[in-house]
Amino acid sequence: MLGLGVTEPMRECQYSEISVVASSPMDAEHTKRVPRRRKWETFPGRNKFYCNGRIMMAKQTGVFYLTMVLIVVTSGLFFAFDCPFLATNLTPAIPAIGGVLFVFVMGMLFRASFSDPGVLPRATPDEAAHLERQIGEDVANGPGQGGYRPPPRTREVIINGQTVKLKYCFTCKIFRPPRASHCSLCDNCVERFDHHCPWVGNCVGRRNYRFFYLFILSLSLLTVFIFAFVVTHVILRSSQTGFLSALKDSPASVLEVVVCFFSVWSIVGLSGFHTYLIGSNQTTNEDIKGSWSSKRGKENYNPYSYGSIVANCCAALCGPLPPSLIDRRGFVRPDAARPSPRSNGTSAYVSSQPRTRMCDQDQCIQSTKFVLQAAATPLLHNELITVSGGHSLSGKPSLGGPCASLPAAQHTPPGPVPNATWEAEALVRRDQEKSLFRWRASDEVSSPPSLGHGNPLYDPASQDSLHQDSVRGLVKLSSV
Amino acid sequence: VRPSLQDLRQQASIAAKVFVQRDYTTGTICQFQTKFPSELETRIDKQQFEETIRTLNNLYAEAEKLGGRSYLEGCLACVTAYTIFLCMETHYEKVLKKIAKYIQEQNDKIYAPRGLLLTDPIERGLRVVEITIFEDQSNGRIEGR
Repeated sequence: MLGLGVTEPMRECQYSEISVVASSPMDAEHTKRVPRRRKWETFPGRNKFYCNGRIMMAKQTGVFYLTMVLIVVTSGLFFAFDCPFLATNLTPAIPAIGGVLFVFVMGMLFRASFSDPGVLPRATPDEAAHLERQIGEDVANGPGQGGYRPPPRTREVIINGQTVKLKYCFTCKIFRPPRASHCSLCDNCVERFDHHCPWVGNCVGRRNYRFFYLFILSLSLLTVFIFAFVVTHVILRSSQTGFLSALKDSPASVLEVVVCFFSVWSIVGLSGFHTYLIGSNQTTNEDIKGSWSSKRGKENYNPYSYGSIVANCCAALCGPLPPSLIDRRGFVRPDAARPSPRSNGTSAYVSSQPRTRMCDQDQCIQSTKFVLQAAATPLLHNELITVSGGHSLSGKPSLGGPCASLPAAQHTPPGPVPNATWEAEALVRRDQEKSLFRWRASDEVSSPPSLGHGNPLYDPASQDSLHQDSVRGLVKLSSV
Repeated sequence: VRPSLQDLRQQASIAAKVFVQRDYTTGTICQFQTKFPSELETRIDKQQFEETIRTLNNLYAEAEKLGGRSYLEGCLACVTAYTIFLCMETHYEKVLKKIAKYIQEQNDKIYAPRGLLLTDPIERGLRVVEITIFEDQSNGRIEGR
């Protein structure tokens, strides 16, 4: 597993003697005990997931329910009160068409609300480290060429003759592709970000823009349809029985007319606006900022446009639908083969992904617990001070490990550690095993293995020594 | 026993990782830079590497191509209210499967024998092609392949 292959048989024998940790060191067994988590459960953005990761929405969904209620209630009233009259007096095609429109509207609404808008997954720690290094080199190189250098954390790229600036996203630790933007409400970078729509309860981006557009288009048709036929209904009825009695006979019509009247302006307006955006292949973002407007300069044009309105429309609505990049329903995999315990000095990008998953809050809780426990055993406390030295109780991630194991010897309780993935647990155990093994084999404090480019987030040295001491402390506590 | 790719990942230790970034000069479609990273100079041919990246680029271009076929698929999907994708997979997904197979094949034939491993870009959100460089083990565990 970690290059400790030779020592494993020995370790197993030792484990049967120590009762502090009951579980076996094997990762395979470990997977049987702890249920595997799906990736949506450890998703770093501020999204809500339903149906075991199949449905993805923004955090605030109140307005979405309002949208749904408005549409369903208005259409329901239409079908219940106006359609019978219209079907008998005019044609039954009216409720039929209305029904089809209604189903289409709801379908598009759900598709736009529930699908992944095109979220870009955050960079892995290795990638982030690599990028940081590259940015550092760019800064160090200095303005050599022509005296102009773009500010650090931006890159310039020429697309179809236009210079486009790529910005670095501090949250996602990536250089955003062109047209991508970071949504502050959802805390994600979204490809071809259009806007965050509260009515739909989701961001509108590359993957759901066509659904959003079809939703507002069909909704404007439905609104106009309902408005027109409710008015027709009232007029026909009033020609038979008089205006006021017509209104009395069908009171729902008044409500429908009011709702439709006020919605029509905004929805039809929005449809028109988005039709223009699709025709010119711009996002709402770009249009508002005037990125490609000719006002900026004669040479300014949209490099993404396909040339003609028809081509742009076809591309936006009928182009290939890219798959989701975040794989919500996949299982969280343990990272293989890291880190190398040998001090070869060149393990530059040793992944510490499992460790970084432990959130700061948990570390705080755990480190507090650790402090309390440490204080309870004076002997342990002294040893801690000599061993940890500079790495002691500063609330850094290094304390997350031993603490997670202290409350219950073998099982990290799910309560106080909501974000810790099972990888973190596996890691805790692996470190525990290592420290236990070392404790039995040689009762000395191990010298920390030196990693050439020590990853600031993870220091195995302090982890191991703290683990050793925590185990010693545990044994002492249990003997009292 | 000849070590499999799985063994390689588990037993060998990682010396470094190289990331091939996206190339945006042709727009937002998925393309990767063909520039040869300096860390791979000792491990693999420049030609071989560029060939791999170029093939990947062509495959991604095929996935995102706008043409009669993709329009037909789009219209059909719209007409069926996108329920058609419950039974059949999109063109893009089909090409992604092709890409996964290609990468697997490249790893088996070319990269693993040199102690390298290509990671499918889809696992990194199509941001980078991650190439893991494994340590040069003198006991021949990797070279043995």
